[in-house]
Amino acid sequence: MSTTTITLTESELPVSRPFPLRLHEWVTTVDHKRLGILYVVYALAFLTFGGIEATIMRLQLIRPNNHLVSPEVFNRMFTMHGTTMIFFAAMPLVFGFANYLVPLMIGARDMAFPRLNAFSFWMTALGGLLLYFSFLGGDGLYGGGGAPDVGWFAYAPLTAKAFSVGHSTDYWTLSLMVSGIGSVGTAINIIATILCMRCPGMTLGRMPLLAWLNLTMAGLVILAVSPLTAAQLMLLVDRYLGGHFFDTQAGGSAAIWMHFFWVFGHPEVYVLAIPAFAIASEVIPVFSRKAIFGYPVMVLATVAIGFISMSVWAHHMFTIGMSSGANTFFVLSTMAIAVPTGIKIFNWLATMWGGKIRFCTPMLFCIAFLFQFLIAGLTGVTLAVAPVDWQLGGSYYLVAHFHYVIVGAILFALFSGFYYWYPKVTGKMASEFLGKLHFWLFMIGFHLTFDFMHIPGLLGMPRRIYTYEPGRGWDIWNLIVTIGVVFQAAGILMFAVNLVWSYYRGRVAGNDPWDAWTLEWSTSSPPPEYNYAVVPTVRSRRPLWDLKHPEDPDWRYE
Amino acid sequence: MYCLIAAEAAIFTIFVVAYVFYIGKSVAGPQPKEVLHAPIFFTVCLLSSSLTIHAAVRKLAVGNMAAFARYWVLTIVLGALFLFGTAREWAHLIVQDGFTVSTNLFGTTYYSLVGLHGFHVTMGLLALLLVALFYFKARLGPEHAERLEILSMYWHFVDAVWVVVFIVVYVIGA
Repeated sequence: MSTTTITLTESELPVSRPFPLRLHEWVTTVDHKRLGILYVVYALAFLTFGGIEATIMRLQLIRPNNHLVSPEVFNRMFTMHGTTMIFFAAMPLVFGFANYLVPLMIGARDMAFPRLNAFSFWMTALGGLLLYFSFLGGDGLYGGGGAPDVGWFAYAPLTAKAFSVGHSTDYWTLSLMVSGIGSVGTAINIIATILCMRCPGMTLGRMPLLAWLNLTMAGLVILAVSPLTAAQLMLLVDRYLGGHFFDTQAGGSAAIWMHFFWVFGHPEVYVLAIPAFAIASEVIPVFSRKAIFGYPVMVLATVAIGFISMSVWAHHMFTIGMSSGANTFFVLSTMAIAVPTGIKIFNWLATMWGGKIRFCTPMLFCIAFLFQFLIAGLTGVTLAVAPVDWQLGGSYYLVAHFHYVIVGAILFALFSGFYYWYPKVTGKMASEFLGKLHFWLFMIGFHLTFDFMHIPGLLGMPRRIYTYEPGRGWDIWNLIVTIGVVFQAAGILMFAVNLVWSYYRGRVAGNDPWDAWTLEWSTSSPPPEYNYAVVPTVRSRRPLWDLKHPEDPDWRYE
Repeated sequence: MYCLIAAEAAIFTIFVVAYVFYIGKSVAGPQPKEVLHAPIFFTVCLLSSSLTIHAAVRKLAVGNMAAFARYWVLTIVLGALFLFGTAREWAHLIVQDGFTVSTNLFGTTYYSLVGLHGFHVTMGLLALLLVALFYFKARLGPEHAERLEILSMYWHFVDAVWVVVFIVVYVIGA
């Protein structure tokens, strides 16, 4: 009997319309694919801003006693770099991918609430604009400060009115609140879409891993971003109504801000990491020509990570002096999270084991992701040990660790996703040559910067200092770290050139250039507005495999 | 809606945690037991509005429009009464006792927790009024029962939060 009713949609001829009309369509769109692209383009712009800020910091630290920028500007740079990269580059990238891919992969025609989707995007966009408006408006009436300079986790009492005059901190607070509302809206949307809009036959157990992982991510967003919103509300009460939440002189507590921030802050790492895992879980099987190894365990491990990640936040606070009971708890819970993460790494390796690996650009990025994520996890385990953290927390070792996670793992996986789905989104193949050039330049730059950044940290260089004295053994390492930035910037430039060049000159991709197995490759590239002319019916985890191999379909074995 | 409630619950959790953490930490007076009086009557109003909204949606589902309208208006009146109660309590605190957000830590946590809840009641009331408006424009029918079920879920949530707030502020805190 027939195994499937998936129909392959033919490409439509593009119709050229005048520019104002097209712009209007983009601004008013509620289509999940267009919103996904908007998220990603928006995030890439902010990735560039954050990158420029990072470059300024690295140039300042290239040699001891450098005076490229003033200490005040340096403070603003690291605050803006952190805030931008987390909230306005990484989060929108993650949401962009989820928005574009989740409905396609579960055979839906759009998200559950298209208008909420558009609302969420524009809230996020407004948040980013608010943050960057602080460069102009942060002075306020008091003439104090330009952009926020309180660090991305904005510890009290730095944020108190007395120490942060002007409005820079308020722009920071408001922009995170506004974009937080957008994030929660998107998260609700993703959950509702996955739970209610799956096509016939797509049981939860047959969902692509990407959908499962984004479901977990959305759950984490709901439980993690809301506390941040609450904490920002308290900060506003403190700053505008004369409240005392974080005012130690009136009995308030600076430590409770830390708790509230990290209750958000640590799950946030997994909000970013889990969608990166999702991309790896789709790319690795396709380029190893094998089905994913241990699908149910992967799902379980992901959900376990989601749960455990909510009980580890205070490992960010070992250095403030908590009770030994609290220290022990957070050491153990932090170490426990290495178990499901380790399971995932082994499953990806087992997927590659014995496969016919194709070393295309997406796969190269994924392999680098695996390796770098492992190292990041290992330095993470060292920092989980409270006494080691007392020594190294707040040093460049810590900075190197979390950049290893966010750049080495998350950003590499996102790049892999870019190259993997670029043909689907644009209908053109990305250039392999430029892609590989991007990969090698960026990887060399990444390792120069972040491998060697561990060393000054071990030698005692604290984070957030704007300069340092010569002769402490830090000089050469800082020089190497800054040289790495050049390679990274060159890699990113190749990436940008590739995105634009391939759009105009790339080879036409066709529906399924990678010979992949998930539903999005059955529709045309780019997909029509309605995604699927006929809503597909699936019988296994790899519906396109069933379609291509009717003699040996997956559903016989699952 | 369950997701939104989860997100809202997380926000309230943070405020409740802050309140509980700061009980008795104020360095200056007044202390809770000197100024707070438990608003028993208004609490009963709000909690019973959960029953009336539930009854209203049930009546709507079976097409009994007149009964629906009665229960719905009753819900609005009960919710408004509760808000009036909070307003009176705050007016008393501010005017008579001179007790505000910036007075001490207790004031900060009290006004923000109760205020956050009051804000949610206000939002709920606006939604209830909107539905009433649709009813009087004759744009409401039994086919909307499912949507009102969702609004009613939100209202139950707001009531449930009040139970927690009441216990924390007027029982444990005082």
